[in-house]
Amino acid sequence: MIEKALVKRTTKSYWAWIVFLLALIAVGFAAYIYQMTNGFAVTGMSRDISWGMYIGHLTFFVGVAAGGVMIVLPYYLHDVHEYGRITVVGEFLAIPAIIMALLFVVVDIGSPMKLFNVYLYYTPHSMLCWDATVLPIYLLLNLIVGYSVLQAENKGVKYGKVIRGLAIFSIPFAFSIHIVTAWLYAGLPSRHYFLTAMLPAKFLAGAFATGPSLIILICFALNKLTGFDAGKKAIDRLATTIAYAYTATIFMVVCEFFTAFYSNVPSHKAALQYLYAGLHGHNQFVPLMMLFVVLAVVTLLIMIPRQTRTNYKILGFGCATAFLSMYIEKGLTFVIGGLSESPFGEIVDYHVTLPEVLIIVGIFAIGILLASILFKLVVVVKKDMDVNAFPQEDRAGLAARYLAEYNAANGIVEEPKAAVEEAAEETKAE
Amino acid sequence: MEMNRRKFLKLGTAAVAGLGAAAAVANPAVAAAVNGSYKEAPGKRSNVTWGMVIDMNQMDEATLSKCIEVCHKYHNVPNIDTKKDEVKWIWPETFEHLFLDEVHEKMGEKYKGKTFMTICNHCEEPVCVRVCPTKATFKNAQGVVGMDMHRCIGCRNCMAACPYGARSFNFKNPRDYLDEINPTYPTRMKGVVEKCNFCSERLAVGELPLCVEAAGGAIVFGDINDPNSAVSKKIAENFTLQRRTNLGTKPKVYYIV
Repeated sequence: MIEKALVKRTTKSYWAWIVFLLALIAVGFAAYIYQMTNGFAVTGMSRDISWGMYIGHLTFFVGVAAGGVMIVLPYYLHDVHEYGRITVVGEFLAIPAIIMALLFVVVDIGSPMKLFNVYLYYTPHSMLCWDATVLPIYLLLNLIVGYSVLQAENKGVKYGKVIRGLAIFSIPFAFSIHIVTAWLYAGLPSRHYFLTAMLPAKFLAGAFATGPSLIILICFALNKLTGFDAGKKAIDRLATTIAYAYTATIFMVVCEFFTAFYSNVPSHKAALQYLYAGLHGHNQFVPLMMLFVVLAVVTLLIMIPRQTRTNYKILGFGCATAFLSMYIEKGLTFVIGGLSESPFGEIVDYHVTLPEVLIIVGIFAIGILLASILFKLVVVVKKDMDVNAFPQEDRAGLAARYLAEYNAANGIVEEPKAAVEEAAEETKAE
Repeated sequence: MEMNRRKFLKLGTAAVAGLGAAAAVANPAVAAAVNGSYKEAPGKRSNVTWGMVIDMNQMDEATLSKCIEVCHKYHNVPNIDTKKDEVKWIWPETFEHLFLDEVHEKMGEKYKGKTFMTICNHCEEPVCVRVCPTKATFKNAQGVVGMDMHRCIGCRNCMAACPYGARSFNFKNPRDYLDEINPTYPTRMKGVVEKCNFCSERLAVGELPLCVEAAGGAIVFGDINDPNSAVSKKIAENFTLQRRTNLGTKPKVYYIV
């Protein structure tokens, strides 16, 4: 089946896109070689801010991967049939997202040749170990389930009971990957932006807004590029999920502000002050956080009212603002903000470097490349097998045109269709 | 090459052990010698927990510089002078940085600006050990928090976790920043984390940590489990501070202010 991604219905623009992504990957790889040759001094990370952009991106993409469960869970556990056509989109989105997350770990490891020490000296009291456990399992589950579901569709049969079982089994794993990632931070004493029991819940809520937002954007893109129709019911339902999840996320952000500022405990306030207003003269993230606030308000204004949420032009924009705002809050600023106050009470700045950006771009390109291949596969299979997923005018319209052309060429004058129907109705009435 | 030699030695050891066992079976006298009870080195007790008191009345800046220099030279700590990438085992830090929970606005500059010796606290409940995914950082039987830099994968989780900023990552190749290499202590490669090890390699052979030796009385080191040890007496008789005790890490470095 996988060959369909490469040979069937491939266009020149598809190959140009693939080549473009491969070029970006090559640039990213060169930057990675540069980083490994010269050491992590070429990144923005420092003795004080020991985790930076890479771990921030890891966190964000674990969330994207977990977000797909907002389709998988209703479909498999609550028989929400309208998601049937796009469950595979959710499952296939998780694959590049986890691979990206894992790559962001790999590029962050100072001695990657010793990476497998994590399994050789398995240490359950380390949350990183659990991350290294649940992420590959979730990846494997999505590979098996996503591929099998699509394979079944390709062969025109329903997927087996084992696959359904594995799909259900993957649901708690989707939650676990993001919970474990949150606990990576939420158990560190003295890092008060991290040290909150709210964190796993906030991460999950954010993921359940981000993942579905991306899925809607992908469905819209597939519709534009290939005519794929996810179904209005599915999109509307997914948009409702985003509305709830996004509101919950922003509520939890507000809760963090309340606790920090009403209690007035300096160490609780420090990271929030630094990020949103600047602290001790350090304010590098303030413009970004202001953008987050604006995007968050816009997203809420679009997602909550039904009129805007069901208008697909506005919904697409709302999904983009939801995704971008969470990328800022979780991907770009969360990790650095939490580490910005050093153990000596000083605020330390973070200056992202070019090699770092190129490596991140390279990993994005790998993710997008995988997504392009996987979603192409989905489109090809669905175009062949799921006639409802694509506009019917294609076939009916063509048939009518061929008929009309034949008639015109051969000088046959057919009775108008309406007259035929009327005649049929008359006979029925009689 | 390295592996070959290792394999050869392993094989050799196995062969010698096999021969020895065969000899022991044959000769009861040899057997007794082989099975003889193991005795710990004199002066080394199993329930030792090493701790340290830094007497800031005696620790002036000159003494501190001496401690830093000797320690860093002995342990092949690279001399990188950018704040971003530096590696340090012992370093100076002001009172307000070290005891940030004890500082108040009106505190006099005499205390605020005073330079303190900063070192890994060798916590009884070390967060770094809790978060390390490979046990590359560990607490040994004497309570020393050590590092296996061969095992460390450089994930830097321990650096995010340590509330004392005691850990350094080799952002650059440390061997490029050594003026002189001490051949009796290993050098590191880039991409691993390192920190003070309470001179556990010296403690193992009955020697005091180097900074203690260099400080000439300003640092008292010993077994904090033994109420009669000099260090325990010093802690009992003086008002001592510890860094960030509210975090439950139970540091084993005490300061007389």
